Amino acid sequence: MSVTTTTTAAHPALPAARVGLRAVILGALLLLALLPILNRLPPDSALHVSDFAVSVTGKWICYAILALAIDLIWGYAGILSLGHGAFFALGGYAIGMHLMRLIGDRGVYGHPVLPDFMVFLGWRELPWYWWGFDHFAFAFAMALLVPGALAAVVGYLAFRSRITGVYFSIITQAMTYALMLAFFRNDMGFGGNNGFTDFKELLGLPLHTPEARAALFYASLAGLAGALWLCRRVAGSKLGRVLVAIRDAESRVRFLGYDVTAHKLFVFVLSAMLAGLAGALYVPQVGIINPGEFSPGNSIEAVIWVAVGGRGTLVGAALGAFSVNALKTWLTSVAPDLWLFVLGGLFIAVTLFLPRGLAGLFRRREP
Amino acid sequence: MSSAAPPVLYLDGVSVVFDGFRALNDLSLVVDPGELRAVIGPNGAGKTTMMDVITGKTRPTSGTVRFGDHDLTQLDEAAIANLGIGRKFQKPTVFDALTVFENLELALKAPRGPVACLRWMLTGEARRRIEATLEEIGLAARARDRAGVLSHGQRQWLEIGMLLMQDPELLLVDEPVAGMTDQETEHTATLLRRIAEGGRSVVVVEHDLEFVRALGRKVTVLHEGSVLSEGPIDQVQNDPRVIEVYLGR
Repeated sequence: MSVTTTTTAAHPALPAARVGLRAVILGALLLLALLPILNRLPPDSALHVSDFAVSVTGKWICYAILALAIDLIWGYAGILSLGHGAFFALGGYAIGMHLMRLIGDRGVYGHPVLPDFMVFLGWRELPWYWWGFDHFAFAFAMALLVPGALAAVVGYLAFRSRITGVYFSIITQAMTYALMLAFFRNDMGFGGNNGFTDFKELLGLPLHTPEARAALFYASLAGLAGALWLCRRVAGSKLGRVLVAIRDAESRVRFLGYDVTAHKLFVFVLSAMLAGLAGALYVPQVGIINPGEFSPGNSIEAVIWVAVGGRGTLVGAALGAFSVNALKTWLTSVAPDLWLFVLGGLFIAVTLFLPRGLAGLFRRREP
Repeated sequence: MSSAAPPVLYLDGVSVVFDGFRALNDLSLVVDPGELRAVIGPNGAGKTTMMDVITGKTRPTSGTVRFGDHDLTQLDEAAIANLGIGRKFQKPTVFDALTVFENLELALKAPRGPVACLRWMLTGEARRRIEATLEEIGLAARARDRAGVLSHGQRQWLEIGMLLMQDPELLLVDEPVAGMTDQETEHTATLLRRIAEGGRSVVVVEHDLEFVRALGRKVTVLHEGSVLSEGPIDQVQNDPRVIEVYLGR
């Protein structure tokens, strides 16, 4: 019997449990897809889901995409980025610029072209880097391409010089901090410390309506499903095994003839683009983006989601984003001062008692 | 013994100086196609530095290092590996998190870019090559086990198997039998001899004289970064200079 499995299995390492996992993922996604429908039930129904629950879950879905992006590089290639919040924020700013352009003359100053903050600063015309953002497709492309390009530059310089481990983490942390300071400046043309807000509509759909909320929710869910498929596709391919090999013995991979810099760069750029996608889905739902999104703490918190969920498991990373944020939402409403202590304690507890995170509870084999 | 074919590996007048310390001192070494060569020498004789120079990890301060028509002093590790030089390190470094099969698959000669790896499909031909190598190194029964659970000797063979998957012209093997049982040592000697008979050149660096004797081929003795003696094991063992610096202590 073992002979037949060796010859027919696509890959000898593929555990049979994968099929079960696929069913669990599909079930979870379908369950999430029910929320906006249950939201439409009359409020006195036992199955009614509040507006708040739908919008907060929509946010968590975006966080789960960010967590997947981090897990892809940290769990598989061993690259710990403490600046992924920057890629998320850049994606959010790109879509935010589009939302600002759509306000048109409905701003406080009623200027037909310029957003309010530019009128306030006394600017006469739109800066060149705002050109094109009146088109959704352009803004959406930029939400992926700008984080990707930044990751390509930072990654190329770091990986080529063989900067790894904590040194790379520090560089990414500095990157997001530097961007935060830059975006705080009014003359950057991104709204300074107020950022962008007071959005009106997206793709013809007025925001703040239940229809828009449901549409954004489903867009995010589709984004999560796509990101999960893509990350699992990478992790299950030979590229995924090369990344694991790089994580465990980088110089050995080089002696096998692999261009380690190219592999790391490929996956780092892919991860940054996923983070940008998460940010682009997030901003229309929360209705605001400001430089606070670049704050180093955000990036570190996202890494904790992955650690809690289970590094190198993908599904665990998404689970970690949901569960830590659920805990945060609940705790910040009952005891707001406790949250940072609980978060720190959670990180220590998971490291000590659940080295493979929540996903480790369900699964025996490491990636 | 003199063959008309040009040498596979040609080192001439190679010196490596680290902060005034001469790790290699005017070293010369010529390896022919299909030759199995043992390199021995006391600690600090420059054996590992020699391997580092050939594989591009260390740049020589002076001298010529050629592999066929290629000047190895101008290339990096990945380029040299892709030319057909495979290296097995002293400490076996197989990828513990991957299975034996996956370790060999990673080493298999195939396009190595990220996109090519993402789109890679295991064809029947590739599978047959991996399975043939699994047989050759005696690990067919362990194909689906993770490399992390293998014994020390099995890890060494897996690493030799990974070298074979790269289809190299020249194999550099650093201390393959350190820590092995007698039976494992014997198996390793047979394996290396068979590889050389298959037409590849093999350079083995080793302390263990019993193992070098079991290989039964030409031996090069290094001392203080240069060649002290070269020839069959019996001749080398009776060389008074060798006895003085290495064997006769």
